[in-house]
Amino acid sequence: MKLAVMGAGAVGTSVLELAGEYGHDVVGVADSTSGVVDESGLNPDDVTSRKRKRGIVGDATPEDVLGADYDALVEATPTTLDDAEPGFSHVERALGRDRHVVLANKGPVAERYDEVRALEADSAGTVLFEAAVGGAIPILSTIDDLNGQVTAARGVLNGTANFILSRMAAEGIGYEHVLAEAQDLGVAEADPTFDVEGTDAALKCVILANVLYEDSYTLSDAEVEGIADLPGSALELAAEDGRTIRLVGEVADGDVRVGPRLVPENGTLAVSGTLNIVQLETSHAGRLNISGRGAGGPETASAVLADIGRLPEST
Amino acid sequence: MSEADVRSYTVRLELVDEPGELLRALEPIADNGGNLLSIFHERGNLTPRGHIPVEVDLEATETQFETIVDALREAGVNVIQAGAERYSEELTVVLVGHLVETDLSDTLRQFTECGGVSVGDVSLSAPKGTEGESSARLRLKAIEGQTADALQTARKIADEKQLRLVEPLMEGGL
Repeated sequence: MKLAVMGAGAVGTSVLELAGEYGHDVVGVADSTSGVVDESGLNPDDVTSRKRKRGIVGDATPEDVLGADYDALVEATPTTLDDAEPGFSHVERALGRDRHVVLANKGPVAERYDEVRALEADSAGTVLFEAAVGGAIPILSTIDDLNGQVTAARGVLNGTANFILSRMAAEGIGYEHVLAEAQDLGVAEADPTFDVEGTDAALKCVILANVLYEDSYTLSDAEVEGIADLPGSALELAAEDGRTIRLVGEVADGDVRVGPRLVPENGTLAVSGTLNIVQLETSHAGRLNISGRGAGGPETASAVLADIGRLPEST
Repeated sequence: MSEADVRSYTVRLELVDEPGELLRALEPIADNGGNLLSIFHERGNLTPRGHIPVEVDLEATETQFETIVDALREAGVNVIQAGAERYSEELTVVLVGHLVETDLSDTLRQFTECGGVSVGDVSLSAPKGTEGESSARLRLKAIEGQTADALQTARKIADEKQLRLVEPLMEGGL
């Protein structure tokens, strides 16, 4: 398939680099200000070195990339809230041209799910977004395979928050200290708000709710509490009782909730470091646990490329 | 009603430490057909409210037992646990915030006063002294099938006192 990639961050760049291995050609790449189009297929190294040296991916515009002749648009721009722009408009453009869309960006499917589905219904294109929930972990495709049998989902869906909590519990060090360490390691961003306030995990749960209930949940429907400034004493008290604290997202009985929860210290959900885990409750198959890397360029790109492989062949 | 309907029950009461209180608590039991089996008067042990806990084992039919509990409450005796299987479900929560400044004993009292919940034990950690933020782990005992209500109570109290509540993950959903 011919792919156009919107967004040249860690995920977009990894899609560009790995697409060839999966038998696809990337014909266009755009970041927020520049673009590059080559209908015969781009050379990943040329694009990444231009981005590194000159801060642009090429001399064309993002608009040129949106208008290029591609089969599927990969939307990997940063997640934005509310109107989910510019991601939403990119989705709209591609579907309007009867092209497929694969999202790593959570915004459009978390904040404007019903609109995305409506646009998809009027288009010959298909929308898939495995990479938006749990990075490399095949959550949405598993839910799809289970054919409506998933009754609830819960899990640890933010690696940064999980890293902070597991380090605090293991080393007995305070929140601020571990956050600084996470920032040094590149596990937390300079502005960690999205992760530690629970927003990122909540967006993923909202997407899960939209998929499980085929409804139009948005972030404002979720009850969200973060882990910022949680004192070490809370983790110590939990440990005295054989428990620990994890930032857990839950989608059950029509509700979406994210917050710090007490879980058994050696239980399934108490994954450590930046790992993510999802538990699915099913009608006939009991509980399924899937864990793995919930973030990272190549990891998330692998989910994007898996989605590309699931798309119907011709539009 | 036949003899076979007679069961043994445990009633846990809270008494004020004053003369005649124990007798006042036992009278409604005898007056309503209850057969006293044992009385465990825990002097020196105080409930969160500063009262003396008393545990009474008795035999009665189910109807008699209900009358006894009602009569005890009417007589102003505080019945904190009645029957064998009342508080049978446990859940642990952690509260974080200005626990001491917001009056921890009042917080605990609110838990026991809302009904359906009893506070099993409390562990407090205040590494920054009583004026800083502290954490407390509470083991709550709830009536069977009412853990969701107990959690709702915990949320309400935490909300009113502006405390952070770390809930247990209820895997069965709520």
